[in-house]
Amino acid sequence: MTAVVHPAARADSVAGCADRPVLRERGQREVFCGLTGIVWLHRKIQDAFFLVVGSRTCAHLIQSAAGVMIFAEPRFATAVMEERDLAGLADANEELDRIVSRLVERRPDIKMLFLVGSCPSEVIKLDLSRAAARLSRRYAPDLRILNYSGSGIETTFTQGEDRCLAALVPELPAATTTPQLLVVGALADVVEDQFARLFAAMGLDDVRFLPPRQSRDLPPVGPGTRYLLAQPFLGETARALDERGAMHLPAPFPMGAEGTTKWLKAGADAFGVDPMRFRSATAAAEARARQALAAHRGSLEGRRIFFFPDSQLEIPLARMLSRELGMRLTEIGTPYLHRQHLAEELALLPEDVLLSEGQDVDRQLDRARAERPDLTVCGLGLANPLEAEGLTTKWSIELLFTPIQGYEQAGDLAALFARPFDRQTRLRV
Amino acid sequence: MQLTVWTYEGPPHVGAMRIATAMEGVHYVLHAPQGDTYADLLFTMIERRDRRPPVTYTTFEARDLGSDTAALFQQTLADAYERFRPEAMLVGASCTAELIQDDPGGLAKAAGLPVPVIALELPSYQRKENWGAAETFYQLVRTLAAPAPEEGSASADRPARQRPLCNILGPTALGFRHRDDLAEIRALLASLGVDVGVVAPLGATPADLARLGEADFNVVLYPEIAGVAAKWLKRTFGQEFTTVVPIGVGATREFIAEIRQLAGIAAGAPLADTRLPWFSRSVDSSYLTGKRVFVFGDATHAMAAARMATEEFGFTLVGLGTYSREFAREVRAVAEAHGLTALITDDYLEVEEAIAALQPELVLGTQMERHIAKRLGIGCAVISAPVHVQDYPARHSPQMGFEGANVLWDTFVHPLVMGLEEHLLGMFRDDFEFNDAARPSHLGAGERVEPVAPAAAQAAAATLEAAGWGADAEAELRKIPFFVRGKARRNTERFAAERGLSEITVETLYDAKAHFSR
Repeated sequence: MTAVVHPAARADSVAGCADRPVLRERGQREVFCGLTGIVWLHRKIQDAFFLVVGSRTCAHLIQSAAGVMIFAEPRFATAVMEERDLAGLADANEELDRIVSRLVERRPDIKMLFLVGSCPSEVIKLDLSRAAARLSRRYAPDLRILNYSGSGIETTFTQGEDRCLAALVPELPAATTTPQLLVVGALADVVEDQFARLFAAMGLDDVRFLPPRQSRDLPPVGPGTRYLLAQPFLGETARALDERGAMHLPAPFPMGAEGTTKWLKAGADAFGVDPMRFRSATAAAEARARQALAAHRGSLEGRRIFFFPDSQLEIPLARMLSRELGMRLTEIGTPYLHRQHLAEELALLPEDVLLSEGQDVDRQLDRARAERPDLTVCGLGLANPLEAEGLTTKWSIELLFTPIQGYEQAGDLAALFARPFDRQTRLRV
Repeated sequence: MQLTVWTYEGPPHVGAMRIATAMEGVHYVLHAPQGDTYADLLFTMIERRDRRPPVTYTTFEARDLGSDTAALFQQTLADAYERFRPEAMLVGASCTAELIQDDPGGLAKAAGLPVPVIALELPSYQRKENWGAAETFYQLVRTLAAPAPEEGSASADRPARQRPLCNILGPTALGFRHRDDLAEIRALLASLGVDVGVVAPLGATPADLARLGEADFNVVLYPEIAGVAAKWLKRTFGQEFTTVVPIGVGATREFIAEIRQLAGIAAGAPLADTRLPWFSRSVDSSYLTGKRVFVFGDATHAMAAARMATEEFGFTLVGLGTYSREFAREVRAVAEAHGLTALITDDYLEVEEAIAALQPELVLGTQMERHIAKRLGIGCAVISAPVHVQDYPARHSPQMGFEGANVLWDTFVHPLVMGLEEHLLGMFRDDFEFNDAARPSHLGAGERVEPVAPAAAQAAAATLEAAGWGADAEAELRKIPFFVRGKARRNTERFAAERGLSEITVETLYDAKAHFSR
């Protein structure tokens, strides 16, 4: 419950605020758990099904997060544990087998099944990895069954994707010795295609993506693999890739014109792409992105922004908003700060920003009220109450469901932050 | 384990949140892992509340589990009390905390807070949201309602009042139209000369609950929420409570009679504040006669809708069901009275199967039935939670009382093809504008149905052929308006099968029609 300010553990030579202290707090966290990641992951891997083993609360959470998607025959469901499942573990395993066989009958098109652990299943120590191995043997080779934890006691929001991708890494085929570029992190298909085209224009034709759109298209990995993280929340996945000999390419994240260029450049440099060729592949798109951003600069420049922790996207977003749109940063909250993966980002942040990791929501609300920022980025549980207090907000979950990465989306990303101000000036009631 | 995609109800602690959020001066400390705060957004987004729900979560993590989640709970409780200074507190566990068995009640007692702290036992693996709400409200009332007055004093006090006094029990946060139902019933009681003492839980403080015993009787708007508390108040204070839920004209009239009887008011002239009886008798409504309607929702709304549909709209009830297992017996009785077997389930796939098999012309249900009906191309109106944001409207739209009946008239009739339009469809079946591929005017311009893909059309023709339909009969079947075509087809096939006919001709079609319309 007490807020402790720790000096940064590492003393890198990186400039910016990489060495700055981070306010670490714990207390009530107004965040989603990792189960929420299923909502976008099941759209991305088109032949995968996500079966949460949990409680009615888990089903209710996914239902609330998925909104109308729930009505579209989605590829996820919850095996809701009942009183009798809690009595003995052997019974729970039999029940799970029964549910999976019913599911497989109903959805024979499914090629990959994730058993997703929840708080209740973990507290009763239901061993889903063993269940996944057992069921995999039964349904091989048509159906591959994996498991990961999306529980709130283990994961915050986007960390669910991290655990899911980390569970995929041991399944990836071994790469041949040819070095290959791998882009890691679920991106909207349109963004993925843009990146593939940009890399191809530099001569990197065989860039692969994790997760793939079809579970049979798992990208190979091996000592020759160089990988770029497309998302900042992939600590476990990166560790699993490192264990298979792949090498991480440090880069800022591809948001905004600058971020996208630096991210692409990190990939290009690792494969010896000629700088002239890199410029010719990216120059036009980068110019388009800068132009699109400029359109929003007028409404965002000089405005003070405050981030509540949510997705770990906060630091790259804050960097982009401050450097490319002239916004002023107050506090940037993040649920988890991976210093190594964010080193390039931290170097680009201004000196005077308060970084906070974790949350005690009431204390953080006090800070936001004292600060009275022009724009507050927060979850749906906080947004309307803060609006009612006179603070302008931007709800953060939209940043996960909207394509925001890459050059062509830079203007859309800026527009998400400009819209609340636009609305404010229009309303006369 | 139960395989679930959609749930009609949340877990019981969400029911407790609905009570805490409805009230003023109450704070709920919930022992729960990270992520359970998702429920906050039901209140701030779906119901569009301008304040955070008065709930603090302990947010324990995996690394806390081995050590000291109990200490975390105590610290959270102390901090929440200091910050919010409520008049009373609720403590409890969500589903995961129930498994780690920290006993929030015992820990709260040890904390020795200077306000009443009510420990909630909400079995998450057996019970659901409405049960949780009812139990929470009951525990609050039990703890906070002042002790029964001395023998004699109550009976001395009550008749001394000039006007009878009642409490209104049941409206909560996140209740379907609770805000407007309350306004409607308040106005109705005022026009009957009855005063309202406490409304709870919506807007009530713990101090208000202490005054519950002062009233002469209780008005129970939603038995799912307030039934248990009302029974306790009857046992404790001898307060009778209303048993009729005033949804629909007939029910509202009975409710008024019940109020008059409970309040000891002489029966007065009937209050005529509803347009429903005239609208329903006006000739344009004659096409509503016998429309086949399927009803599903919480028990209170489903039973009320079934009664209205049959007695006030002239529909035929073809299916009735509820997800409220607590009221299964009552719903079964209503269904039996219509010669039906009630569907008691919380599995939306079963509801979908039932609707598909019955082919009703109108579905009255929840948000889920709205989507089922959309998929099946059937008109639908929402009568019960769970509902989405559009069913927490800005405008006044009660379900209860006479204005509620007006609202429900419009709500049930709108999704149906209007009377005149239906006649035109029948008269000009092959007309270029009124054929059954044309979209009804109230659904906007364009095609009524998705253009059928050639493969799907072939498949449909193949199934007709397989069932023995001749080309002429098939063409004749297409001339039947779409909203009864499915029924005509099924009846004809059944008729043919019962008589061992291998081919269905135009004659068979009309023989079957004559047979079934007797």
